[in-house]
Amino acid sequence: MAETIAVRGGRVIDPASGHDAVADVLLQDGRIAALGPDAGQGASNVIDASGLVVSPGFVDIHCHLREPGFEHKETIESGTLAAARGGFTTVCAMPNTEPAIDSAATVRYVLQAAAAAGNARVLPIGAVSKARKGEQLAELAELAEAGAIAFSDDGDPVWDAHLMRRALEYARMLGLPVIDHCEDKSLVAGGVMHEGWVSARLGLRGAPAAGEESMVARDIALAQATGGHVHLAHLSAAGSIELLRAARDRGLPVTAEVTPHHLALTDAAVLGDPQDEAGLAYDSNAKVNPPLRGETDREACVQALADGVIDCVATDHAPHATEDKLCEFDHAAFGISGLETALALCLSLVHDGRITLPQLIERLTVAPVRALGFALHVEGLGMLAIGAPADVTLFDPDAEWVVDPLQFASKGRNTPLAGRTLRGRVVATVYAGRVVHDGR
Amino acid sequence: MTTQPSPMTPLEERPAWKRRHLLDLDDFSRDELESVLSTAEAMKEVLSREVPRVPALRGTTIANLFYEASTRTRSSFELAAKALGADVINVAAESSSVKKGESLIDSVRTLQAVGASLLVIRHWQSGAPYLVARHCDMGVINAGDGWHAHPTQALLDLLTIRSHLGDVQGRRVVIIGDIAHSRVARSNLWGLTRIGAEIVLCAPPTLLPAVFTADDPRALPAVTVEHDIERALDGADVVMALRLQLERMQAGLLPSLREYAHLYQLNEERLALANPGALVMHPGPMNEGVEVSPAVAHGAQSVIEEQVSNGVAVRMAVLYLLARGNGA
Repeated sequence: MAETIAVRGGRVIDPASGHDAVADVLLQDGRIAALGPDAGQGASNVIDASGLVVSPGFVDIHCHLREPGFEHKETIESGTLAAARGGFTTVCAMPNTEPAIDSAATVRYVLQAAAAAGNARVLPIGAVSKARKGEQLAELAELAEAGAIAFSDDGDPVWDAHLMRRALEYARMLGLPVIDHCEDKSLVAGGVMHEGWVSARLGLRGAPAAGEESMVARDIALAQATGGHVHLAHLSAAGSIELLRAARDRGLPVTAEVTPHHLALTDAAVLGDPQDEAGLAYDSNAKVNPPLRGETDREACVQALADGVIDCVATDHAPHATEDKLCEFDHAAFGISGLETALALCLSLVHDGRITLPQLIERLTVAPVRALGFALHVEGLGMLAIGAPADVTLFDPDAEWVVDPLQFASKGRNTPLAGRTLRGRVVATVYAGRVVHDGR
Repeated sequence: MTTQPSPMTPLEERPAWKRRHLLDLDDFSRDELESVLSTAEAMKEVLSREVPRVPALRGTTIANLFYEASTRTRSSFELAAKALGADVINVAAESSSVKKGESLIDSVRTLQAVGASLLVIRHWQSGAPYLVARHCDMGVINAGDGWHAHPTQALLDLLTIRSHLGDVQGRRVVIIGDIAHSRVARSNLWGLTRIGAEIVLCAPPTLLPAVFTADDPRALPAVTVEHDIERALDGADVVMALRLQLERMQAGLLPSLREYAHLYQLNEERLALANPGALVMHPGPMNEGVEVSPAVAHGAQSVIEEQVSNGVAVRMAVLYLLARGNGA
């Protein structure tokens, strides 16, 4: 049973209420019991948050926990522990598992494994199509009844436009969004990185930005035609953001996310430092889909997050085993293990003055909750309201640390940030009134 | 080129050579290029002797690991190694049997374990030699990786061009053909621009990288792109035609060989637009009648066979220098 905890003396930022002041947060019976100066006075179990930021627990609407089927890459237990380390108390599990999360039984399996691990709240995302083959709708209503909170064939696009149309119509009846990984495979044509000067230099097959943009345009047209809610996963291209901006101006039911790596890195991460004695990096840990793109694209992502055109940050945490990456670039798996570096990468935008700290916290908490309509499922998620889940993240926005993948809780050590000094560290994470990460 | 040091010159009289690998020419300084070329000139002298052998690398084992069929590059490296007295292991890996980098790394470590100290690697995937260089202790020589780099080809091209033109500062080198998929073109961009040549690339847009340049010192060197072959050839000092791979048609990049030849074949009429005596080059193997007409390929301005023989000298120089760089 969760005990009473007083988080005392931190800078409490709750974007949902606009609160930003030094205060205490009192957690009781897994809920927020009180918030205010001295609200924690007299409590026996105190977390001293002085000098730290206290925020609602972060919400990641896009991560790959790999279980069932790929337990050598990640398990629900290791993935949720990585979430806790990264300050995330709620994560949405993508259904590209084996079997895919395309049945009520698999949804229940994920929920049970998550409850057993107890590190974070896991909200499963059901597959749009049976076995994610893009041919026939999965049993969306049964998935929803079992606890799926959205539908996606992520890892792949819903390539068939007719199926996408029907999925949006059907999901609209259920009041749930369809999350699409926008990638026209015929245009991407086997590209392994962004098509730009780095791919030209490295002699690698490029994936043009138009491969994403053309499917974003299709999805926006279908959102308009059906009234169904499309959520655009991991946007990476400036052209996609132009289309999104226009769609939102027209009031269409389209929301979007961006990853920390697309906010902070470009395709030059694949190149590495040519002055290195071993030459160019061909860093397979920077191989991700959608690819890290050019500086113009990165800049557009940052701007769109700052001005609210992109709703929120989502990690697209994609852990892989060492052997999946320690090979020729063309053979390497796509993905970055991102939960444990997400906050620090995002904070670079705050440190650079591109976004305020409360804005960033909003994009990590209540904004994703609103984007996908989670208030339907868990009341008070992403905020520090009285009675809301006692999910709290404490972090030091200025503390510097060096990324050592071997220290990750995730089984996936695949990050292009190894050895990099990042600024901003999660100090403690409380999920449902229990301390699940304590780095004090 | 009168005072080239012979390969037998004591090490301390030569400029310092610290490089362990030859992966590409992108990070070579002009001095380093000069050092390789002057060593290659000395190797040419060795090759002209009655017994074209020096024991400079006696006791050194060199492994040739080829994941792609290659007659001329592999035999050129083998001849070079043998002319220096090295032992050679030839491994032709079947492309189908090796799918994962782990087994690439395993194969390489095996060659290291049996005593090879230099590895010559040809691989169909860009970047493979870099992966290998990071995961073994041998000196690694890139004998061609995917679309990326072929530094010994570029070096032999430099040697050939310089022996005819001398200083190439400001000279116009036109490269015609499938630039997008050409490791030869990329390595030549680095090498030729580093010694002062001006490069013109000539191809249809479908055979050029979509993006060349960036405001970044790490981008490919600045070049001129010209889709029209007649305009490209105007004032050319060197004309290099690239091999057209037939699979480019299947990938939808070209309508037909016929149309390609119509637009881009280097023939006598077009060659006449270049400067008098302009050199005709081709990295081989040629599709005669496609990218180059037989009359030009075998004409008076062609130095294509000389490129092949210079290849052995350049590879001797590279093996020799890298053996030093690796403390052999």
